[in-house]
Amino acid sequence: MDGLGNYLAPDHRRCDDYFSAAEAAALQGEWEAAEAQFNHFLAGMQHHFAKEETVLFPAFEQSTHLTGGPTEVMRMEHAQMRGLFQDMQQALASRDANAYAGAAETLLILMQQHNLKEEQMLYRMCDQMLVRESAELIARMNAIAQ
Amino acid sequence: MALAGLSLEQAPPLSVPLRFFLTAPLFAFLAALLLLFSGPTALASRWSPALLAATHLLTLGFITMSMMATLLQMLPVLAGAAVKQPRLVAWLVHVPLSAGTLLLASGLAAGWKIGMLASLPLLAWAMLTFILVAAYSLARTEARNATINAMRLALGALAITALLGLTLAAILAGHAALPALKLTDLHAAWGLLGWVGVLIIGVAYQVVPMFQMTPAYATRITAWLAPWFFIMLLIWSITVWWAEDNAKWVALTGLAPGLIGFALATLSLQRKRRRRAPDITSQFWRMGMASLLAASGIWLVAQFSPALSAAAFYPLWLGMLWIVGFAMSVINGMLYKIVPFLVWLHLQSRRPARGAIPNTKEIIPDKMARRQLRAHGAALALLLCAAVLPNPLVYMAAAVWCVSCALLAWNVFSAYRLYHRLAA
Repeated sequence: MDGLGNYLAPDHRRCDDYFSAAEAAALQGEWEAAEAQFNHFLAGMQHHFAKEETVLFPAFEQSTHLTGGPTEVMRMEHAQMRGLFQDMQQALASRDANAYAGAAETLLILMQQHNLKEEQMLYRMCDQMLVRESAELIARMNAIAQ
Repeated sequence: MALAGLSLEQAPPLSVPLRFFLTAPLFAFLAALLLLFSGPTALASRWSPALLAATHLLTLGFITMSMMATLLQMLPVLAGAAVKQPRLVAWLVHVPLSAGTLLLASGLAAGWKIGMLASLPLLAWAMLTFILVAAYSLARTEARNATINAMRLALGALAITALLGLTLAAILAGHAALPALKLTDLHAAWGLLGWVGVLIIGVAYQVVPMFQMTPAYATRITAWLAPWFFIMLLIWSITVWWAEDNAKWVALTGLAPGLIGFALATLSLQRKRRRRAPDITSQFWRMGMASLLAASGIWLVAQFSPALSAAAFYPLWLGMLWIVGFAMSVINGMLYKIVPFLVWLHLQSRRPARGAIPNTKEIIPDKMARRQLRAHGAALALLLCAAVLPNPLVYMAAAVWCVSCALLAWNVFSAYRLYHRLAA
């Protein structure tokens, strides 16, 4: 199976793995491991955001002429997540397990409901509307450097 | 596809879901308080006035109240189906549901016929409005998944429960001559198994994998369980009505395996969770699944053991395990995910300058939630003991339960107060 949804959704699972590994390490006070896992997580998220924000969302907006709609909400949630990444980074730097747990829990809920909306709706809409250009879009997303 | 649902401009104001979540624990507290003041007589039988009243305070005031709000909250995320005029809908459902539940419970507790009858139009209005609003959203969505299907079935079960409830009230008021005992069993089954059970099953498909990062439920479960369960409930109802002696075979082969399978699948997914951080919501869910297993097991045994099914504590155990142990635990756990997140989200959109915004664990601290989890677990255990030995254990059980409900109310209220302090 190819298609935009099947291409993008696995990014979510991969990042989830790094997220839980980082959280588990931070809660056990293994700060270096936590930082390493968090950096994998952050790089994965930024890469995924870049694919969506520079390739998928503009293509969707162009095809639907919807600029204030779903992609705008997705962009806003990306911004909220980036804010929480900073909180988590600060907590890692100051070795503060409580602050890390709180920011991580908040991010988890935000991120999971965001992923759900993408996988249940946005990706499916993209798969319906961007059938013809999907191979080209995937090639362009693949070209984005990690 | 409903694009509008993804747009945040249409996200309802915080007051819409929060009024339900703030009221629900108060109803649970009232139920516990009623038990405390009624004492051992409340547990004399499943038909005692105090127990009937407490049951409706819990099922309508706590469970239905919070499940309606959860459903309205999940529809936009899952189905892209935003509810139009959310403020108006909240008023039209919340006020009559609260007033109707209070009247019905006072009517049942005190044998006050007028109160009971007065509750009926209010409850019917709340149910009808909610069912129409939710059904409209669910009918329009093109999103297809097992949760949405389960929500549709659960709504159908709610409508059936409400109709059976109205019929029972008509019988009690002397306006209809139908077998009240059978109808009560059907009313309880459609409410507890259909509306509560099927909706929790459908919601679990989403939230269990999401928050614990477990694998997804197997497709053979999600595709079949809720429809299978709904159809079995229909067959069971028909059998109860026309061939009651055979109903146990439907329960044995259709209903109980579905419930046990669901509980075991959920526990097994939780064991495979990738997120290892301790999580209070999941602990509530585990308590809920253990209670579900216990309730189904006892029910199964009772089908073949006249001694158990005749025991005075048997129906009480079933009700306590299902309502307090299963439904309340699961909902209580969900509240600790939903309420802090909603407060955080709305603070975020009101105060773009971050930093000053507390995270979800600062909005409801784990310490407070864990304290309430322990109180809830203790209350459940004591209630089960009190069913066997009402005097004097009912006082202890009810007192601990009051504490648990008060702590929950306090935790939700603190989150709301924090929002007001920071958003002002």
